[in-house]
Amino acid sequence: MISRRNFCKKSLLVAGGLAIPLSALELFDPKRLLAEKPDGKKTRWVFLVDTHKCVGCGFCVKGCKTENEVPYDANVTRTWVERYVITKDGHTHIDSPKGARDGFETSQIDIGEGKFEEIKNEEIDKAFFVPKLCNQCDNPPCVQVCPVGATYQTADGVVLVDRTWCIGCGYCIMGCPYGVRFFHPVFHVAEKCNFCYHRISKGMQTACVDACAFGARRVGNIRDPNDPVTKVIMTERVNVLKEEYGTTPQVFYLGLTKEVK
Amino acid sequence: MLLIIAGVLVVRKILVPADFGVGARGYMYGWHRPSNEEDWKKVTIKYRTAEYCKQCHLEKYDEIKKSPHANINCENCHGPALGHPDDPKSLTIDRNRELCARCHFRLEYPTSGRGKIRGIDPKTHHPQLECVTCHWPHDPRKAGHGGATSAAAAGGPIVPGLSAAPAAVRTTRERRGAHDIA
Amino acid sequence: MVHGEAWTLKEFFTYPNEYIYWTIQIVMYPFMTGLVAGAFVLSSLYHVFGVKELKGIARFSLVFSFALLPVAMLPLMLHLQQPQRGIEVMMTPHFTSAIAAFGIVFSTYGMIVASELWFVYRKHFVEEALRLRAVDERSLGEHLAHLLFSALTLGAMDISEHALEADERAVKKLAAAGIPVACFLHGYAGFIFGSVKANALWMTPLMPVIFICSAVVSGIALCMLTYIMTMEIRKLLAARKKHLYPELPSPEELKSAEVHVVTMTAKYLVIFLVAAITLELLDLIFRGYTAMKSWDILRNVIYHRDFVNIFVIQYGMGNLLPFIIFLTPGLTVRRAALGSSLVLLGVFMMRWNVVIGGQAFSSSLSGFMHYVLPIWPDSVETFKEGLFGALTVAVVPFVLFWLINKVMPVFKDTH
Repeated sequence: MISRRNFCKKSLLVAGGLAIPLSALELFDPKRLLAEKPDGKKTRWVFLVDTHKCVGCGFCVKGCKTENEVPYDANVTRTWVERYVITKDGHTHIDSPKGARDGFETSQIDIGEGKFEEIKNEEIDKAFFVPKLCNQCDNPPCVQVCPVGATYQTADGVVLVDRTWCIGCGYCIMGCPYGVRFFHPVFHVAEKCNFCYHRISKGMQTACVDACAFGARRVGNIRDPNDPVTKVIMTERVNVLKEEYGTTPQVFYLGLTKEVK
Repeated sequence: MLLIIAGVLVVRKILVPADFGVGARGYMYGWHRPSNEEDWKKVTIKYRTAEYCKQCHLEKYDEIKKSPHANINCENCHGPALGHPDDPKSLTIDRNRELCARCHFRLEYPTSGRGKIRGIDPKTHHPQLECVTCHWPHDPRKAGHGGATSAAAAGGPIVPGLSAAPAAVRTTRERRGAHDIA
Repeated sequence: MVHGEAWTLKEFFTYPNEYIYWTIQIVMYPFMTGLVAGAFVLSSLYHVFGVKELKGIARFSLVFSFALLPVAMLPLMLHLQQPQRGIEVMMTPHFTSAIAAFGIVFSTYGMIVASELWFVYRKHFVEEALRLRAVDERSLGEHLAHLLFSALTLGAMDISEHALEADERAVKKLAAAGIPVACFLHGYAGFIFGSVKANALWMTPLMPVIFICSAVVSGIALCMLTYIMTMEIRKLLAARKKHLYPELPSPEELKSAEVHVVTMTAKYLVIFLVAAITLELLDLIFRGYTAMKSWDILRNVIYHRDFVNIFVIQYGMGNLLPFIIFLTPGLTVRRAALGSSLVLLGVFMMRWNVVIGGQAFSSSLSGFMHYVLPIWPDSVETFKEGLFGALTVAVVPFVLFWLINKVMPVFKDTH
């Protein structure tokens, strides 16, 4: 006859044991965002990048710097484009000269400290461009580590920085796995892409989306089922960066392959 | 002890903005000053997009939209519209080779859209000329200014590609096959 | 130049915005708070656990811990891009961030140390106040000193045996309460790094414990070293003034007391050193064994690029040599001083290898960043975040210690 104590112990164990696999089944799923949020918010901004279409012209980077007043000559940028060249020997060569602010002006790979690596055309297996920007994560680690509440997330999902409150400790910059944050060279506070919040709040698109002539960048509202971006995310095979960190990023990529860092 | 705590609270009342608090995203992700959201919405818009330019420059708009450069925004080459036509009164025209080379520097990348763009090697393809000398950017199927570019710089009228181009310069279509592909 | 560009060399593929943002001041900060925590633990070993041999150094450590406390804020002030907003951590703390704990932990710890010091020195304050009160014609300096000591007594003038025993009980309680707070003081510093999942080198639950152990090690080593140095000064003064004040202890008496204290302290140093090394090696072995995605580049940083910093300086000079020095029999004061200095070097390098080492590789795991410490300051930025900024931080606690010693003398039994 089982004692009361043992019965309680065992049932707790069973309940706990059941909870673990059930919660593990809850994989990251964009449909959840669309359907279930009980807060009833009508807007959640997301981004779609098509790496097949990006040509590495860098107009997005230039447009972003102008629109968001990040000094052109400063070696920091809210968004950038990375070039991946995979050669027949299996090596992946990656560069992003000045964030592709001036496009890619040479076929040589910029490996830092003024050095370049020559790649012959016949050696190239694959080559493509990957634009990157702030993922406006649903679980932003940068917001979690801000000690004073200077960076935060709005109800529609954009992560912003309060320039009057930031103390410049740099914890958010260290906390971002994607490297999108930096210190603004003029204001000396943390800075990052904010999906051109001043534009999307007025029904416009972000500066980088407008600048891209190839349709590689698109911004949309995942809560709107008629948004063309939402339709692509729901019907085509999309991926996100560094999912293992649990940040639930909201920038979706078409053509994201294993080489992308 | 109590004095210290009272002092801290008074200082806090003065220095911390009154609306600072927990936002829609909770304490973890929404601890902030809500008025900052409005601050960000008030940032000046610099790029107005081609739809804005269309209102006054319909002819050029239509020309581009029918050309292979249809999807390029006017402001990519002309700079942000800002308050144009009030301020600035006129926009710059960026005729630098580097601008065109952003897309047209030929890179043999078959798995990328870049590989589908026809291009040249800027180092060998007429390095002393502006691209627009031979190529009309609003419709690259048409010929460029020829020598008219220097006239434009001197304040003279810009000769649109439709009128007589210098005889020595053939359209790019006619010269196809002679691109310097690196 | 953007912040960080002046002292960062980037190699291969790093994200465009990546620079070494947390530099020498962020190395100094846990180093200084570690000394604070360590000095306090040493003092508590006497007050709480009654290790009588440590009586000579206990008072000393407590005062030094208090002198280090304001200094701990200095590297942060020098590092912040907006230091005038530093107070915001106290006003709108975001407790999901480890750094926000700073306000509470520091205030609590400061209050405990201040209270404990008050109880320890209350008798001295009362004696000084009464002595100065008895002086008929006071000079300005004596007048100010009288005001100061009277204020410091807080009105509790009773120095009977009964009252002093009550003081001692209060000290014991405060010292006991202070130990977990001191651990928290440095545990949270370790948590600041250990919780950053974006950094492959920092991310480990062991980080807070490693930091606490090496903090205690550094605190004990510093107190031992400073104790030895001040004892040298005392011996010199005693020898010189012996004919004036015959009641002063002779250099020989001072020397024997010193060796006794140092030997006992060294024992505790070794215990905590073993704990610190065990945890660090455990972390390294685990990383190599599990070989996660980041292991490729971490291996390159640890065994190749930072090999000298980690294995030669930190483990070799900072851990192995002190082990040999402290464990071979016949410990002399001179050997202990050398051992302590090496231990301090080792702990400093540990902070360096964590902070700078963690930024030696890119988050892309495909590139490196090299930190070039600015030596000669050519701008405010390269002063604050360079060698001279670090030296300023290193020197200030000794200045403060000298000042506080005037009010709360660490060697109470003599003039």
